[in-house]
Amino acid sequence: MRRAYKNDAGISVRYQKVKKDHIRLRLGIFLALAMLLLLGALFARQLCPYDPNLQDYSNALQPPSLAHPFGTDRFGRDMLSRVIMGGQVSIFSTLILVAVITVFGTGVGVVCGYAGGLTDGVIMRICDVCLAFPGLVFALAVAALLGGGIQNAVIALAVVSWPKYARIARSQTLTLKNSDFIYASRLAGCRGWQIILRHILPNILGQIVVTAVLDMGTMMMELAGLSFLGLGAMPPTAEWGSMMSSGRSMIQTYPWVVITPGIGIFVSVAVFNLLGDTFRDYLDKKIA
Amino acid sequence: MEPIVEVKNLCVNYTRREKESFAAVDQVSFCLYPGEVLGIVGESGCGKSTVARALTRLIPAAQGGIFLDGRDITHVRGRKLKDVYKKMQMVFQFPAQSFDPGKTLGDSIAEPLKNMGAGQIGNLQFQVRQLLLLCGLTEDFAERYPHEVSGGQCQRAAIARALAPGPQILICDEATSALDVTIQRQIMGLLQSLKETQGLSLIFICHNLALVQEFCDRVLVMHQGKIIEEGTPDQVIFSPKTDDARRLAESAILAPAATYML
Repeated sequence: MRRAYKNDAGISVRYQKVKKDHIRLRLGIFLALAMLLLLGALFARQLCPYDPNLQDYSNALQPPSLAHPFGTDRFGRDMLSRVIMGGQVSIFSTLILVAVITVFGTGVGVVCGYAGGLTDGVIMRICDVCLAFPGLVFALAVAALLGGGIQNAVIALAVVSWPKYARIARSQTLTLKNSDFIYASRLAGCRGWQIILRHILPNILGQIVVTAVLDMGTMMMELAGLSFLGLGAMPPTAEWGSMMSSGRSMIQTYPWVVITPGIGIFVSVAVFNLLGDTFRDYLDKKIA
Repeated sequence: MEPIVEVKNLCVNYTRREKESFAAVDQVSFCLYPGEVLGIVGESGCGKSTVARALTRLIPAAQGGIFLDGRDITHVRGRKLKDVYKKMQMVFQFPAQSFDPGKTLGDSIAEPLKNMGAGQIGNLQFQVRQLLLLCGLTEDFAERYPHEVSGGQCQRAAIARALAPGPQILICDEATSALDVTIQRQIMGLLQSLKETQGLSLIFICHNLALVQEFCDRVLVMHQGKIIEEGTPDQVIFSPKTDDARRLAESAILAPAATYML
């Protein structure tokens, strides 16, 4: 089906090839950066030059120097070590959160879409209720109810965020459900769960994964936001949001205390968002 | 002779919006006899495909009964439904859409073999190859994906998949309509030879009267969900009893050998 100069979308093949290579390259770079962040988070303890919780009042609020590249906070703790450890908490909590909502939301959505009827009606109304409130506000309420702690912040955000995946998975399932190949697999003797596992899930996975990767950034921000508001990680645990919060009175006098964890959030959110964007382009049939 | 499939007063309703339903198939009754090719013709939207889907239990029947070898299959489920699919299979209109885009043709053809218990795992690949050869494809098609083969080849693979459980009845729902004329003829030739070698009875749904005339033993004409004519192809095409059937016959391009009769 290779056309000479143009494809179905009217994009010239030569341009298409260049664009495709470009997307591959970008995908490679952002994947490498994301892997770097993950590895950094995994080996955080080994990477820290100092103990992130070691207090040293004689060295409190030192500006960045060779000994302390990110400076020290008001307890004399090394900011670089705290940012690295904070990265571990932020990135792993986000990963767990996104994994949980993706698996749960997709499962619920696919089953609802395929089964239809009363199950579908009831669960989708629950989704509507969850989606009716602004996400972070609802999460705040749930987190306040559960009390502080990073686990509770993750639970709160999970409760609020899974309906989005259920919605996407359900709508994708509905479009597939009445397609000929699903009918054909029913004729081939597949039972409902076999059709879901073998034919529906593999065909909607691309869309779901793109959404999940794009959500990494958002979820990281929201987790940091909850921590900033005092509903996430509790001191002395290093976490980017709570570090920014505890340093916010010093933003004019000792800015590095706030800026360095901010850089951590900025860089990782940017990397995951760009990775998600590129991955979406990569899966886009018109270009790839 | 006992009919192999008997449909009695079949009704299928579609719901448009809330609670407003209309009968896509209305009080349809017919029989299929062993070794017969039964054509169903009619304009778009007359309910041909709906009959096929209700017959294979892909959509539920609102009323009436479907009998396979004298047993009522209108409401069977689970294992019994699987037994129905061992005897009755269907080929769809758009070959490429009737295969899972993410699976090879071989995997899709192996699926009924696995589910119906027709093949042990050891010789599954062998059986898939045999089916491909039977349908005029080479063995290497098992490794290809639906988007890598032509429409005609894909339809051959779809027929191979339909034949996998060893059915007695094959329902072709516009199986040749999306193909160009030369490929249509090849597929018809394949179906004809399969009918003889495999002892199939066929329900051949089509809007091409020339093909129906050449291929079918008996024809049903549908209009707005009802059967309005029944008879041999020549009767239905050249001496229709109702106006609607006449309109259908007049608008068709027929085989040259027969046109002098008009």
